[in-house]
Amino acid sequence: MSVLLPLSVVVPLVAATLLMAASRAWNRRGYDVFAIAAAGSVLVICIVLLFNSTREPMVYWFGDWSPKDGVALGVSFVAEPIALTLATLAAFLVTASLVYSWHFFDTVGNLFHVLMLVFLGAMIGFCLTGDLFTLFVFFELMSVTAFSLAGYKIEEEGSLQGSLNFAVTNSIGAFLILSGIALLYGRTGALNLAQIGESLAGGPADGLVITAFVFLIAGYFVKAAVVPFHFWLPDTYASAPTPVCVLFAGILSELGLYAIARVYWTMFDGVFGAGLVNLRAVMVGTGAVTAIVGAVMCWPQRHIKRLLAFSTVSHVGMFLVGVGLFSPVALAGTVVYLVTDGLVKGSLFFCAGILLHRLSSVDELGCDGLGRDIPYTGILFLLGGLGLAGLPPFGTFVGKAIIEEEAAHLGYSWVTYLVVAASVLTAAPVLRAGARVFWGYGPGDAYGHHSEAEGDEGEPETSEARDITPPLMWVTAAALLGVSLVAGMIPDLSIRLEPAADFFLDRGAYADLVLRGVTPHEVPLPPGAPLLKGAVIGLITALAAVFAAAMGLWHAKLPASMKGIIAKGLGPPFGRLRALHSGHVGDYVAWLTVGVAVLGGLLAATIG
Amino acid sequence: MSFLPFAVAAWLFAVGLYGIVTSRHLIHLVVCLSVVQSSTYVLLLAIGYRTGASAPIFVEIPPGAPAVDPVVQALTLTDVVVAATVSALLLAMAVQVHKKAGTFDPDELDTLQG
Repeated sequence: MSVLLPLSVVVPLVAATLLMAASRAWNRRGYDVFAIAAAGSVLVICIVLLFNSTREPMVYWFGDWSPKDGVALGVSFVAEPIALTLATLAAFLVTASLVYSWHFFDTVGNLFHVLMLVFLGAMIGFCLTGDLFTLFVFFELMSVTAFSLAGYKIEEEGSLQGSLNFAVTNSIGAFLILSGIALLYGRTGALNLAQIGESLAGGPADGLVITAFVFLIAGYFVKAAVVPFHFWLPDTYASAPTPVCVLFAGILSELGLYAIARVYWTMFDGVFGAGLVNLRAVMVGTGAVTAIVGAVMCWPQRHIKRLLAFSTVSHVGMFLVGVGLFSPVALAGTVVYLVTDGLVKGSLFFCAGILLHRLSSVDELGCDGLGRDIPYTGILFLLGGLGLAGLPPFGTFVGKAIIEEEAAHLGYSWVTYLVVAASVLTAAPVLRAGARVFWGYGPGDAYGHHSEAEGDEGEPETSEARDITPPLMWVTAAALLGVSLVAGMIPDLSIRLEPAADFFLDRGAYADLVLRGVTPHEVPLPPGAPLLKGAVIGLITALAAVFAAAMGLWHAKLPASMKGIIAKGLGPPFGRLRALHSGHVGDYVAWLTVGVAVLGGLLAATIG
Repeated sequence: MSFLPFAVAAWLFAVGLYGIVTSRHLIHLVVCLSVVQSSTYVLLLAIGYRTGASAPIFVEIPPGAPAVDPVVQALTLTDVVVAATVSALLLAMAVQVHKKAGTFDPDELDTLQG
């Protein structure tokens, strides 16, 4: 069974190599079928491993370099349920994207498929590895393939610019991570996560350890797009090809947060454990700022993909709140939220891709009412918007409810208001855009849009007949939404994840497993609490989002006094916030530097 | 152990970042990114350095003789490979930007705002 662990990475990488070698020998459909088969088999491997790991976590040592007397020299893959849940999500989204892109990019060869498979292998390796440097290598592999995929449409200026901003900021993030790794290696002489954790636990939380921690966290914050490291994300998502956007929004950002949780709980928990209350405050605060900034920036967008990109920023903020609570219950809730939200967002991006196929545009105002011919896509789009809001039984409401409840336990009862506000503000623009584009509601330009980024794409992504939607496009969109819906109806989903989260947060148990081969005790499932309150909150959130969307559509009908208040009170600060998103990579790097300095100052003051 | 290499690494990181923030030319910007990256080489090699030790080639030195840490050298090599990939990709994009937009100046690229 443990041989499946390396196979989950080897299969996509070998498949990508074969595909590369087979260039010109096959035709386009050959590449499609082969790539889908490879990604699908990886999905099956991940699911088998996931179910197996819920019974018993596993470790695989490459080249049989297993630890001697608790000292690890080799490189390991660790199979535990949280990592494998994310790996399974990655494999599922890649498979869906490959199916969806059956009708995409008709002129290109096999490079797209090769890049997608390498990207998949890198993401799974990133989830499974138990070694700090390998984590960096997979991070870089993931990043470089992501840069190329983002800039895939090299004929478009916007796409190139988005990819450049992405590559420069994320590379600086990677250098920060590498510097952090170098400092940790200098202190401990080890690269295995568990080994570093054991070594650090016996030492002081001095400047070197805090600096290394700040570098690692800041680097992963860039990938996760946490404010103020997030500026690259909307540029990239707005201009990347649709199937790639699905992966970026559904899993890539989330992997940044996964890495933060992983490095904290395997390495730093022992040495920083005493300052956990302060660390929690910093993380929850950062998450809250991210959730609000993303949500506020979401509202004025008219470019639908850019709108979804800002909603991703906002949701990453909420996930960070969940991860930053540093509790097993919140982590289990965050995983449920992250997976179901990633599926819903993927479905929304697929719908945006259908718009692009049919109308050659994703501009909310430009497409006003033009989507009347494709009402089924419209229904999927609106359902997706309600899913973002957390309407039961979409799985999103389960995750949000658990995060809110656990936050209240830990003294952050305001998190409920934050989650509701951010959910309303991210779901409402989606509903507004859907109602306007697919049904022509609302007057065309009454709402004061001044977005520079219009949604007109230079080159269409598809070359087939535009008067029909290929079935595979809407089937994949519906499938993602369906899985998210079903996940919400599985009873006690997050309760089942709690033992896994307990293990994830237990540094000692992880080290015992990796270094000494001791499997953790069976933990009994905690009693399940009914999520009635969460369901009610989800329902209220969805209703509020519908109301806010209506406000956005019929803005002109508001009384003049209210319009005046909105224009005077909210206009200038919003305008200033939007002006910060300048599309200029130099500005973004300046913000990144400020972010590292602020984060470092905060953590040095609170932990040290 | 001297603090000089660590100061050099910090300086390279900072000066590279300054170059990226103020850059008016995409090629210059990519080279500045390489400067930032070279700070990680210096940092890694400085961490593995041992005064008076030889290179970690174990055929010609007696067993037990001190050698500098080969692990960080392997990490540096990996880092160099990553750097080559990223630089090549970015330079190709910069050339493509120039073809499409007719400029290398990031200030004049304004398709993505707000």
